[in-house]
Amino acid sequence: MEDVEEALRAALQLALAGDNGAYVAFLTRSGALLRSYFRRRLVASPSDVEDLVQETLLAVHNRRHTFEPAARLMPWLYAIARYKLIDLLRAQSPRHAVEIPLDGDEGIAEMLHAEASPAESQRDLAKLLDTLPDRYRLPIVLVKLEGRSVAEAARTTGMSEPAVKVGIHRGLKKLAALASKRR
Amino acid sequence: MKTDALIAMLAQGPVAAPRRAVGHRLLAAMAIGVAIALVVMLAALHLRADLATAVHLPMFWIKLVVPLTVAALAVVAVRRLARPGGSGGPAVAIGALLLVVLAAVAVADVVIAPANARAALVLGKTALPCVFLVTALSLPTLVAIFIALRSLAPTRLTAAGAAAGALAGGLGAAVYAWHCNEMTLPFVAVWYVLGMAIPAGLGALLGRRWLHWS
Repeated sequence: MEDVEEALRAALQLALAGDNGAYVAFLTRSGALLRSYFRRRLVASPSDVEDLVQETLLAVHNRRHTFEPAARLMPWLYAIARYKLIDLLRAQSPRHAVEIPLDGDEGIAEMLHAEASPAESQRDLAKLLDTLPDRYRLPIVLVKLEGRSVAEAARTTGMSEPAVKVGIHRGLKKLAALASKRR
Repeated sequence: MKTDALIAMLAQGPVAAPRRAVGHRLLAAMAIGVAIALVVMLAALHLRADLATAVHLPMFWIKLVVPLTVAALAVVAVRRLARPGGSGGPAVAIGALLLVVLAAVAVADVVIAPANARAALVLGKTALPCVFLVTALSLPTLVAIFIALRSLAPTRLTAAGAAAGALAGGLGAAVYAWHCNEMTLPFVAVWYVLGMAIPAGLGALLGRRWLHWS
């Protein structure tokens, strides 16, 4: 764990002194950490993950002068990531911001799973979804993954609209819990 | 765009960054803000007429030390809040504690004084101008610090705005003290503190929107 922190910090320090190669290594490795960070928090919209990784890398680049060489790097990196994530969730819908767990210092878990590939996470998500009961799974698949309206999903499944909404809400919560248990 | 392509693009140009950018930018902002406030004070308000004798009285210096202490604590907090993940830190609690001490001493002052002198001790003759002018003299610094913070990366925007406001208020009050001829501690504890609290509240209100960076 310490070596990721140390390696990343050393790379950024070299980069800030003008070493372009170290900077590529720093951004690539940070990108992997960020990808897993966002993937865990955007279970319902995996398509946003890579956009957010790029946005955060861009922010890291534009604000790299705010990194204090004596401070720890991970809290700095994840603070930018969280700031970007909250921005996205706010822009999308204030309701979702409540559903997705944002807090906690899960840096350790991120580091352990930093190297997983995006394809793997898609598979993981599908597997986790299958473990949910239909009253949660169908609303999520129809509304969140296929992008249909709540009314349509209600007609398709024969559920009431409030039941669809509740299903999405509880299902996403459950998914997030399952995903964090698995990791 | 692929993330690898983005990384290659970002790493293409010069990647070195200025060291100590946070401290330097905040310092520059404070210098500009205070310079403007000083010019306005000297030109529009003038130094107090009895300055030559006032500088021999402790109260003159206390009136400077109180706001400068607020500013010093606030600058420590702003420096931390200017970085991603930074919080206000111990400076906030220390500041709150010192204000409580100031209030306690002021209350004691009033209690000790003869009943018919108490109102004058608190109200002085320039209470409202004091609040208004301290706030006004802090505005240039508030704007300058906000501009500096926008080039940095605060993630607690309301707290960063409040700390920036307290810093601006402290410096504004320290400038105003050269004009003000009130000489009681209760006056400082009420009206100077109020004059500093207004920019702090203003900063907190504006922080969320104005300090947002992307």
